[in-house]
Amino acid sequence: MAVATEKRVDTGRFSGEPFGWQESGDRNGQVNVGRTERWLSMIAGGALAALALKRRTRASGAAAIAGAELIYRGATGHCHLYQALGVNRAESLAFERGTGIIADRGSDTRRRLGGRRGIHVEESVTINRPIAEVYRFWRNFENLPKFMKHLEMVATREEGISHWVAKGPAGTSAEWDARIINEVENQVIGWQSLDGSTISTAGSVNFDETEHGTMVRVRLQYNPPAGKLGSAVAWLFGEEPSQQVHEDLRRFKALLETGEIPTTAGQPSGRRTPGGWR
Amino acid sequence: MKAVCWEGTNHVAVEEVPDPKILNPRDAIVKITSTAICGSDLHLYDGFIPTMHSGDILGHEFMGEIVEVGHGVSNLQKGDRVIVPFPIDCGKCFFCAHELWACCDNSNPNAAMAEKLYGFSAAGLFGYSHMMGGYAGGQAQYARVPYADVGPFKVPSRLTDAQVLFLTDIFPTGYMAAENCDIAGGETIAVWGCGPVGQFAIRSALLLGAKRVIAIDTVPERLEMATDAGAATLDSMEDDIFERLREMTGGLGPDACIDAVGMEAHGAHADYWYDKAKTMTFMATDRASSLRQAINCCRKGGIVSIPGVYGGFIDKVPMGAAFNKGLTLKMGQTHVHRYLPRLLQHIENGDIDPSFVVTHTVPLEDAPEMYRTFRDKKDGCIKVVMKPH
Repeated sequence: MAVATEKRVDTGRFSGEPFGWQESGDRNGQVNVGRTERWLSMIAGGALAALALKRRTRASGAAAIAGAELIYRGATGHCHLYQALGVNRAESLAFERGTGIIADRGSDTRRRLGGRRGIHVEESVTINRPIAEVYRFWRNFENLPKFMKHLEMVATREEGISHWVAKGPAGTSAEWDARIINEVENQVIGWQSLDGSTISTAGSVNFDETEHGTMVRVRLQYNPPAGKLGSAVAWLFGEEPSQQVHEDLRRFKALLETGEIPTTAGQPSGRRTPGGWR
Repeated sequence: MKAVCWEGTNHVAVEEVPDPKILNPRDAIVKITSTAICGSDLHLYDGFIPTMHSGDILGHEFMGEIVEVGHGVSNLQKGDRVIVPFPIDCGKCFFCAHELWACCDNSNPNAAMAEKLYGFSAAGLFGYSHMMGGYAGGQAQYARVPYADVGPFKVPSRLTDAQVLFLTDIFPTGYMAAENCDIAGGETIAVWGCGPVGQFAIRSALLLGAKRVIAIDTVPERLEMATDAGAATLDSMEDDIFERLREMTGGLGPDACIDAVGMEAHGAHADYWYDKAKTMTFMATDRASSLRQAINCCRKGGIVSIPGVYGGFIDKVPMGAAFNKGLTLKMGQTHVHRYLPRLLQHIENGDIDPSFVVTHTVPLEDAPEMYRTFRDKKDGCIKVVMKPH
């Protein structure tokens, strides 16, 4: 098995973006909150949520909602209120570097994933299981290969650091390390690859309770390296990355709801040789 | 084992294929004692449903004996006699939990294909194209049944196969069609199509309290069978359906209309030839003359209930008539599980004996001939039951 690795390059730069940190001018055009404000939102949101969890009153429910919104706008750089008001307070990032608080200081995901080159995927699914169960299953990253088709294995190295191995074409594989950069129980998990990893990737998954079950919203971002390895990584996500993630989430839902993933592989048919569709 | 395989448009064959195996913990294997050809199998036979692959095992109306269960199935045992509903249901998703069994969210492994055509995928079905799950069907000696702790329904040994077999599809399908008419007692219901589903719709409407059922078809023995049930009949080749229905309802129109024909309607009117030309040139996929007529004939504020299968696109839907008369349209694959205890009770009470519909009982080997006979409505053929063992 050929193992694709890349020479470790330490850029020596600091960055501290939670995953999904998008720059203004990015094609999503969703970032309308400034950098400093985003971090403040995250911190204030976390504090409000913590407060809400501590005191279970009606007011604390409102605080939890406010907290969640602040965490959201911090993590995504998108404020619903600002959008509604038409405010865009995102500064030009070309001249600014934030100070990492949660994120791995050795990485520079934003620089490597920034601009138009990176691939962004956002998909969601609603699962008819309690939020705590859905969160727990995902939080144990070692479960991910059970429903993510191209992941071979994920091993937890130490708390918050995991090693990922993905299957590539023709028996190749790609490996990288990732660290959890954001975690609020039963709400959000964010991770990104360590600097110098083969693949620059980051992701987050949000969990929300709805009347139809637990809504799971996944955001993934990756930037394949150039060359052969790059094509292996591109293969990993397929020609349509969002379809790939959509299928993975479908399997995730089936596994949690029914305990198995539906299949017909291995059933009988009258086909003597594989043929085309008719 | 032997199985009936789709080999291409207008071509089925009985083939020797491997026996099915347990593939998932919640699977079971059923040894099939009776299996029927459904009118909707003719849509596959005629090539109206996309994503069929030569060698696919057909059949979604089957029953038999449990011979093996996966370790995730605790409510079934070897030897249990069961009927198997045609939609495959996980029993755990939002839709199954709300008794929208035909909309199961998890049972179609090829959901992405269905999503391309329909936006969202409904339940996987036995033997009904890859878009609908690609599951091997039950016109065979054995079948693998996924989520066997949810699907198969135990039936008492005092009832014959022919009495309970149609709980798998056509009896609940006809019943749901009638139930969708919101019958409170005293209504007039018109039913287009007196094939097996139409026959059960007629009887179900009467069971539910309709005052009168008017059955519409062109095939004499089918109209005769409808008469036996107590329906008035109209021959759509001879009668002006709209005028006759108006007369029969004192100028009002039927309270509800059931389209038990679906996408391969035949007719004598211009719109039939219009549809035929369009489908032949791939400008439309389904022929809809029955549905159009049902919409036009229905009284103001009435209901059009559609158990007939549609797969793709139809043309010239009289939306203005439907809108301006304030009609309600109800449709969909049958939520079979919802009706099983109720309908089994009706059979046990003797309110209905579903075996009335069977005209041909043959060995599985006769499948190719029986598909032709059924499609051509020859030999008085209304319902074929095959015996695989």
